[in-house]
Amino acid sequence: MKRAAFGHIGFPILLLIPQIAIIGIFFYWPAGYAVHSSFFLQDPFGFTSTYVGMDNYTRLATSSNYLDAAKFTLIFTILVTFFALAIALLLAVKADKVIRGAKSYRTLLMWVYAIAPPVAGLMGVMLFDQSRGNITQLLGMMGIEYRLGVNYWDTASAMISVSIWKQIPVNFIFFLSGLQAIPRSVREAAMIDNRSGTARFWDITFPLLAPTGFFLLIINITYSLFDTFGIVDTIVKSEPGNNPMTLVYRVFVDGFRGGDLGGSSAQSVVLMVLVLVLTIVQFRFLERRIHYT
Amino acid sequence: MAQVTLNAVRKIYPNGVEALEPCSFTINDGELAVLVGPSGCGKSTLLRMVAGLEEISEGDLSIGDRIVNDVDPADRNIAMVFQNYALYPHMSVAQNMGYGLKNRGMSKAEIRAKVREASDMLNLTEFLDRRPSQLSGGQRQRVAMGRAIVREPDLFLFDEPLSNLDAKLRNQMRIEIRALQRRLATTAMYVTHDQIEAMTMADRIIVLNDGKIEQIGTPNEIYEHPASTFVASFMGAPPMNLLQGIAGGGKVTLGSDQDVLHTGTEGNDGPVQAGIRPEDVWPDPQGDLAFDVDIIEELGALRLLHGRVAGQDFSVAVPKDKEATTGLMQLSVKPGAVHLFDADTGRRL
Repeated sequence: MKRAAFGHIGFPILLLIPQIAIIGIFFYWPAGYAVHSSFFLQDPFGFTSTYVGMDNYTRLATSSNYLDAAKFTLIFTILVTFFALAIALLLAVKADKVIRGAKSYRTLLMWVYAIAPPVAGLMGVMLFDQSRGNITQLLGMMGIEYRLGVNYWDTASAMISVSIWKQIPVNFIFFLSGLQAIPRSVREAAMIDNRSGTARFWDITFPLLAPTGFFLLIINITYSLFDTFGIVDTIVKSEPGNNPMTLVYRVFVDGFRGGDLGGSSAQSVVLMVLVLVLTIVQFRFLERRIHYT
Repeated sequence: MAQVTLNAVRKIYPNGVEALEPCSFTINDGELAVLVGPSGCGKSTLLRMVAGLEEISEGDLSIGDRIVNDVDPADRNIAMVFQNYALYPHMSVAQNMGYGLKNRGMSKAEIRAKVREASDMLNLTEFLDRRPSQLSGGQRQRVAMGRAIVREPDLFLFDEPLSNLDAKLRNQMRIEIRALQRRLATTAMYVTHDQIEAMTMADRIIVLNDGKIEQIGTPNEIYEHPASTFVASFMGAPPMNLLQGIAGGGKVTLGSDQDVLHTGTEGNDGPVQAGIRPEDVWPDPQGDLAFDVDIIEELGALRLLHGRVAGQDFSVAVPKDKEATTGLMQLSVKPGAVHLFDADTGRRL
């Protein structure tokens, strides 16, 4: 590494201050505060707080509501990640073969990316609405009764489909550029070596996409866990009731609707640990991932 | 083993551009044919059509006795070596070589034996477990060759396989490829833009320009009797000198009456282009061609004199032991070394 020509240590620190301030004020301070308050029990109005040690955590571990949310989050994450990746890969493989009008076709596929999560959620609500939703009506015609916000898995499936739909464009862009980075001659060599297009995909294309795929896997898990808040919120309309909730949304519901700041903080800390683990996995594997060229 | 026959094979792209005019020729069994020409002349397109990677717009292509226009590339029993090697980066050298065999349903033991045989032939045995990224350019080139050899194909296709190597390695690989092809006696088509590669490797050369075949012949025929000014100037280094002149009465007059080339001109009176190779003239005080030397290029074994004859660009190759200076000198022309071409079409007269 080249040493920059700064005469004094003060100047670089001065340049770093804005960034450090932002990270400190908006990330470390709240995070530290959450860790701190997870050991206390606050009264609903926030006037007094009592030190309760690990009580908030043990309460979480035994709360069937919390464990249900954790289970749902797991299912939600697996389904969203799998389908968002699989559908995007399929679209990318197909789009890669398009020659005529390829640009406009690809742009259309990426458009969804520009939609904000709450808007996506709202569109989901309208499509799946109990009385007017197009999809509800379609399912009704097929004899399926679909009740958003009433039936647990009906609500869950709406949440999951909207979340998948919202994430496909990002994955699509990455997969498409990954595909286009595979040299044409390598594919042609494979055409001479193997007659079957499907076998060629699994033998050659798929392994060469693996680094992109792994990166996207981490990104998608993070997305499903955290970035789907807006979608979940619009669909659940902060009326938890019997509705499915992800862990991140529960932090909000318990803390701000339920007034249980201590419990909510403990949940945040659990999520922080989860993020930490994901980040470590990402760095360990992404750093070591095979660079083929 | 097989011969390759093209019958009026033509390539037109969907946008109407004709990449290759209808061309017909046969490559005999065991022959190495080199397709040579400048970039964009259609040589790679032609090779890719033979490989099945590019559709044939018109005409018939047969490998052996079989018309293969609609046969899948994997079923043509060909092997191709690509310019950038096109190795599978995630597979070991052994897997790279064995992939095609695996897909033909060959047993593991058989694949191992064949890969071993090919890697012995190419000195790759110690690298069999490595990934392509752990190999040097020359080694990758060998792996690409190995992948082609293990298939025991009817036909080898080479698409500028040496152009990514440095000059020294290129010369070495050129000889190796040639020797290997001879030993295996497999028919081969070899695409290059390098006329030296074409001259040194080919049994027969096919010179392409602008989507059409200019000439087909042995390296010697191409060099001694170029069919057109294009072939004359493309093949041979330094290139043949081409001079505008008027033919008539057993001589070609260049510019003024003093600059005259003596050669047979029967039936070709009128404007012509006269071609003379730089090595077919030599400085001679009694010579009848006046040459004004501007620049002297030292090439080691020889010396290239660049200048003008009758106001037209001209170069002369002289052996290194001959003294040369810039300025005026007289040249003698080797008898029978003047090639005449049509002034307009450039075809040989």
